Amino acid sequence: MDVNLNFIYGHLPYWLFIILMLSGLFIVVSRGNLIKKIVGLNIFQTSVFMFYISIGKMKGGTAPILLDKSADNSAVIYSNPLPHVLILTAIVVGIATTALGLALIIKIREEYDTVEEDDIQKMDQKDLKKYNKKNVLETNS
Amino acid sequence: MASEIKQGTLELVNHLPILQVITPMLIAPILVVLNNKTLSWLLSFLGALACLAISILLIQAVSDGSILTYYLGGWVPPIGIEYRIDAANAILLFLISIISAIVLIFSYSSLHAEIPEEKHTLFYSCFLLCLTGLLGVVATADIFNVFVFLEISSLSTYVLVAQGAYLDRRALSASFNYLIMGTIGATFFVIGIGYIYMATGSLNMMDIAERVNQLSDNRTIQAGFAFIVVGMGLKLAMVPLHVWLPNAYTFAPTVVTCFLAATATKVALYVLIRFVFSVFNYEDNFVNELFFLLLMPLAVIAMIAASVIAIFKQNLKKLLAYSSLAQIGYMLLGLSLMNQKGLASSLVHMVNHGFTKAALFMSLGAFMLKTKNAYIKSLRGLGKSMPFTSAAFVIGGLSLIGVPGTAGFISKWLLLEAALETGYWLVAILIIASSLFAVIYIWKIIEVLYFSESSESYNEVSVLTLMPMWILALFCIFLGINTSLTVDVANMATEILFK
Repeated sequence: MDVNLNFIYGHLPYWLFIILMLSGLFIVVSRGNLIKKIVGLNIFQTSVFMFYISIGKMKGGTAPILLDKSADNSAVIYSNPLPHVLILTAIVVGIATTALGLALIIKIREEYDTVEEDDIQKMDQKDLKKYNKKNVLETNS
Repeated sequence: MASEIKQGTLELVNHLPILQVITPMLIAPILVVLNNKTLSWLLSFLGALACLAISILLIQAVSDGSILTYYLGGWVPPIGIEYRIDAANAILLFLISIISAIVLIFSYSSLHAEIPEEKHTLFYSCFLLCLTGLLGVVATADIFNVFVFLEISSLSTYVLVAQGAYLDRRALSASFNYLIMGTIGATFFVIGIGYIYMATGSLNMMDIAERVNQLSDNRTIQAGFAFIVVGMGLKLAMVPLHVWLPNAYTFAPTVVTCFLAATATKVALYVLIRFVFSVFNYEDNFVNELFFLLLMPLAVIAMIAASVIAIFKQNLKKLLAYSSLAQIGYMLLGLSLMNQKGLASSLVHMVNHGFTKAALFMSLGAFMLKTKNAYIKSLRGLGKSMPFTSAAFVIGGLSLIGVPGTAGFISKWLLLEAALETGYWLVAILIIASSLFAVIYIWKIIEVLYFSESSESYNEVSVLTLMPMWILALFCIFLGINTSLTVDVANMATEILFK
């Protein structure tokens, strides 16, 4: 039991990462509301950011800034800055995705007047029966 | 390995790898600034032609088995980002560039029917960004760079698919679903990269490959590999993860569908191939078991199930989208055989299917320009009134089935040979069965085209629309007769990958 607790405590950031990741993924899959899906996607992505940052951390490591150039710095333990830099890129990608997703939601709401996935599907099926709408090129909105 | 690293001189050939990727990227913002519809078409077409010229030069440079490398900013890998061109990615760079150039010719005449004129400039700019992303994924040898380019191409693809909304609002939800699934896939891919970085401390493919060899049976590496397979499976529409593909292909504008069907899924498959062979150890038990127990059954299911579903589809765009899923099954099957012949067949099929499916979608798009509708009923009797478009469609269809003399035959034959050589008789039979299903759904369309009376008659489309379609159709025949471009380069590529 003691060993297990140590294992859990020693990998605490990873457990947080797994919990966040799974809850984000669960929200994306289970919710029908498109905005909630985007929120879930954001939580899912954020978990990965946390994972990256936690793998860069060294025990007792400090920020990787060279303070005194003349002194010998070989004894200083630095945290690895590379994962932070990588995740900065991933954050930008995540923001772009969120912005695009929200823009699509605005368009969907303009067209369907709802952001619920089930309602949208029902309306599509109704359209198909009513107008026999078949990817027609001439109907221009 | 006959590799020869050329680096550091001012000769043009040394800068081709980076020029290939940044040419479309630099043109894209210029289009937005100029904001002129015709000019932006012209510039993007010229950009695509430049990409095509560069990719041909690259194929020539690497066709003797050498490898071209480019260090970004002069930083030597593993610290800096490296672009690395060998036979395997040169052939894909060629496919992407030529398809983009041909599709852009087609877009000149077809785009105004699908997208309002004031959006054309932004459309072309997005198209070029998508092209940049796809080329970048293929050219780079840095695994995090792969992710960045993958997201550049995916984000612009979501926008391009959503442009179908001017005709059919269902494009919006198709694009949204694609965005959700694509982002989940990309994030899984990033988690995989994180695991690899955690275990090896490097992002350069060659560097990782060396370190992975020393860490045999490392659980972190295996978890990373599993994440990457799932992430790429989502992007390449591996069968249980394919739900985004049929709708995205159906509701996107024809130009976009042509381009995506011919390139996007292939690039994701290329990433998987590159990771299996150049990053991980392909002889590793874990990798082999994963491919044998998971990917091969999924590939076979895709081949059969998607072909059967395609038979019952009335919307032709959807029919072709399901047939794309089946063809992705072939490529995945070739890879999962894990031998040289299988991989070569997979690479050849990527190129051949790229041309075939682009020809099919493009001639379907030409029909739709006239009939205004993608349903099979509307094609009645068009074989007489639109003979050239119909003939191009038939050639594409024959190549899809794999009739001797067309491109599809070459790659299916290679795949059959590879399956039989490995001793998978059942798989070989199923490949033939899947081709027979393809005969059924292609015949269904040909029958409507040629053997039924039309109620309305349409004029043939303009020469400018016919030209790109016929270039693709002729490529389908050319690659079925002359295999030096595809098979020889693919064999060279497999030798490099299986070093």
